[in-house]
Amino acid sequence: MAKLNHLLLAATALVAVAGCAKKRPEQLPPPPGDAATAGEAQTGQTGPTDGVVRPGSNEDFKRSVQSNTVLFGVDLYDIDATARGILDDQAAYLARFPQVRITIEGHADERGTREYNLALGDRRANAAKNYLAAKGIDAGRMTTISYGKERPVALGSDEESWAQNRRAVTVVLN
Amino acid sequence: MKPLIYCLALLAAPALAQQQPAPAAPPQQGQPLEVSVTGGVSAPMPIAIPAMPAAAVVDTPAGSTDALGRQLADIVANDLRNSGLFSPLSPGRLRPVAFGEVNTPQFDYWGGTGAQALVQGFVRANADGTLTVGCYLFDVFAKTELARQGFVVSPAEWRRAAHKCADAVYSRLTGEGPYFDSRIVYVSETGPKAKRVKRLAIMDQDGANHRFLTNGQSIVLTPRFAPNQQSIVYMSYLGKIPSIYVYDIGSGRQRLVVQNVATTFAPRFSPDGRWILFSQAQAGNTDLYRVPAGGGAPQRLTSSPGIDTGGSYSPDGSRIVFESDRSGGQQLYVMNADGSNQQRISFGGGRYATPVWSPRGDLIAFTRLSGDFRIGVMNASGGGEKILTNSWQDEGPSWSPNGRAITFFRSGRGGAGKADLWMVDLTGQVERRIPTPLDGSDPAWGPLRP
Repeated sequence: MAKLNHLLLAATALVAVAGCAKKRPEQLPPPPGDAATAGEAQTGQTGPTDGVVRPGSNEDFKRSVQSNTVLFGVDLYDIDATARGILDDQAAYLARFPQVRITIEGHADERGTREYNLALGDRRANAAKNYLAAKGIDAGRMTTISYGKERPVALGSDEESWAQNRRAVTVVLN
Repeated sequence: MKPLIYCLALLAAPALAQQQPAPAAPPQQGQPLEVSVTGGVSAPMPIAIPAMPAAAVVDTPAGSTDALGRQLADIVANDLRNSGLFSPLSPGRLRPVAFGEVNTPQFDYWGGTGAQALVQGFVRANADGTLTVGCYLFDVFAKTELARQGFVVSPAEWRRAAHKCADAVYSRLTGEGPYFDSRIVYVSETGPKAKRVKRLAIMDQDGANHRFLTNGQSIVLTPRFAPNQQSIVYMSYLGKIPSIYVYDIGSGRQRLVVQNVATTFAPRFSPDGRWILFSQAQAGNTDLYRVPAGGGAPQRLTSSPGIDTGGSYSPDGSRIVFESDRSGGQQLYVMNADGSNQQRISFGGGRYATPVWSPRGDLIAFTRLSGDFRIGVMNASGGGEKILTNSWQDEGPSWSPNGRAITFFRSGRGGAGKADLWMVDLTGQVERRIPTPLDGSDPAWGPLRP
C-alpha cells in the first residue's frame, strides 16, 4: 500500500511536469485527440505567486488532471471515449479533495448563432456535470455556466480552431 | 412627459414671408412623382436639398443658425441617400436659397439641374431657446408643393428635425412609413476575441449621438428597446451569473428581471411593454418563458426537449415566432402568445435562426445557416423566402420601424476579423455599413421616436 501511494505520487508529479513542459502557444492547433493542450479556463484562479501550488486549488487541479477540458463534435454534447477518460480523471481528483467546489464552463464555436450557442454551451456544461455526478461527485459541489461563443480559446476560423472551442472546462472555485 | 419634439402646422411659413404663395398651377399631365420601394433596378430619384437659410443668424447651443441650416440639409440628404431610393444633387449643383424663397422655389433653376424633387427649409431660433425647422417638398417638373412640415426642437435634439424632415420626404414620395428618426442600441466590441470587451451602446440610426451605456466589466449581449424607448432589456454576465436586466436610459439604473435560478437570456419586450419574453437554460434544456416586465413569476411557454430560443412577438402581440431544434437542427416555429398551437414554418435546407417579426406583420426576418450565414425574410405563415445578404457570417436581423430595412451584424474570419453593423433593404440591393467607433454586434433598431 505504501508502495502504491508512492507510485501514485510519482505519477502525479510526472503529469504535472509534463503539463508544464508541454505548454504551447494558444495559436497552435493541437493534434486531434490531444486534449492536454486544450485551452486554459478564462476564469480560473491562479495559484499563489510564490510558485507553491496549494493542493485543491484550480492551479493544482490543472496540473494534476489529464486535462481540465473536454471537447465536443459539431453541434454535439455527448461525452465520447476521450472525454470519459478526462472526466474520470477529474472525478478522481475531486474525490481526493471533497471540499473542492467546481464550475463547468460550456462553450461553442463561432459557427452558430449567439443565443443558440448559449443554449448549446449549457448543454455541454451539463453533459460534463452529469457525467461527473454519475461518477459519484455530489451535484451540490458543481455549478455550470455557458459562455456560448463569447470566449474562444483558438482564434482561427478553421476546423481545428472550432474543434478546440467546442468544449467544457472544469474550473475549481477557490 | 413633455414631448421633446413636436410638429408645427406650417400655414404660411416662413412666417416672415409677406404673402402666401400664388395658388399652385394645375399639376402637369403624366405620372405623379413617386418612388417605388420594391422596384428592382430603378435608378434613385435625383433630389435637390440646398442649405436651409436662417431667419436670422443667431448663435445657439447647437451652433449658429446658418451653420445649422447647412448641416440640416446635409443630414436630410444623407438619410435619403442611405435609403438607396434617392440621389441627392452634389453641392456644386445647388444654389443658395434666400429665406424669403423657401416656399416659393426658383423652379426654372431647379428644373435645369435634373432634380425631380426639391427639399427646401429654414431655421429659426426662438425666444424660448428652441429651434424651429421648416421643411418643404416640391415636385420640380409640376412646380407644385407636395408636403410641408415644421418641427420645434431643443438645441440638443436639432438633428432630429432633419430626420423628421427626411422622413416626411421619404413617406410622401414612397408611400411607406417613416424610419429615419429612430435609434439603434447595440453591443460595442473591442479587444482580442478570446477576451472581448462588450459594452451596450446607443446611437441615432445614422450613427450620430453615439453613447456607451455600460462600462465593459461584464459581457453584455442582445439588447432590445422597450416599446416606449425609455429602457433597454439585455443579457449580462454581471457577477458571472448570466441574467436578464432592464437598463433605464434616463437614470442609467439596471434592474434584474428574473431571480437567478438558471441561465436566462434572449430577452424581448412584448409590443405592449407588459411582458418580457426570454429563454431559460436549465440542466441542458432551453425553453421559452415570459415574465411581467415589472417583475413577477415567470410563465413557461414551451416544454419540448431541446433548445427553444430566439423568440419574437408579432406586432399585435398575439403570436410568437421562435427557433427550436426539436426536429434536429434549428428551424422556425410560430405559436400563440400563451404557448399554444406551435407550428413549424421553415422547411428549407440548412438551419434557420434568430427570427424577428416585421413591425408590419407581414414578414419574418431570420439568419439562415447553410454553409455561410445569411439574412433572409419569409412570409409570416412560412414560404416566400428571400435571401438578402451574401457574406461569410451575417447574423441577428432587426427591422427598421417601417419594416423596409433590416440591420444586422457581419463578422469577419479569424482573430483579426472585425464585426460590423450593416443595413440592407428589402430588395437586397441597398446594403451599407453603419459607422461605429469600435466593432459592433447585436444591433436592435428602436421604434420611430415620438
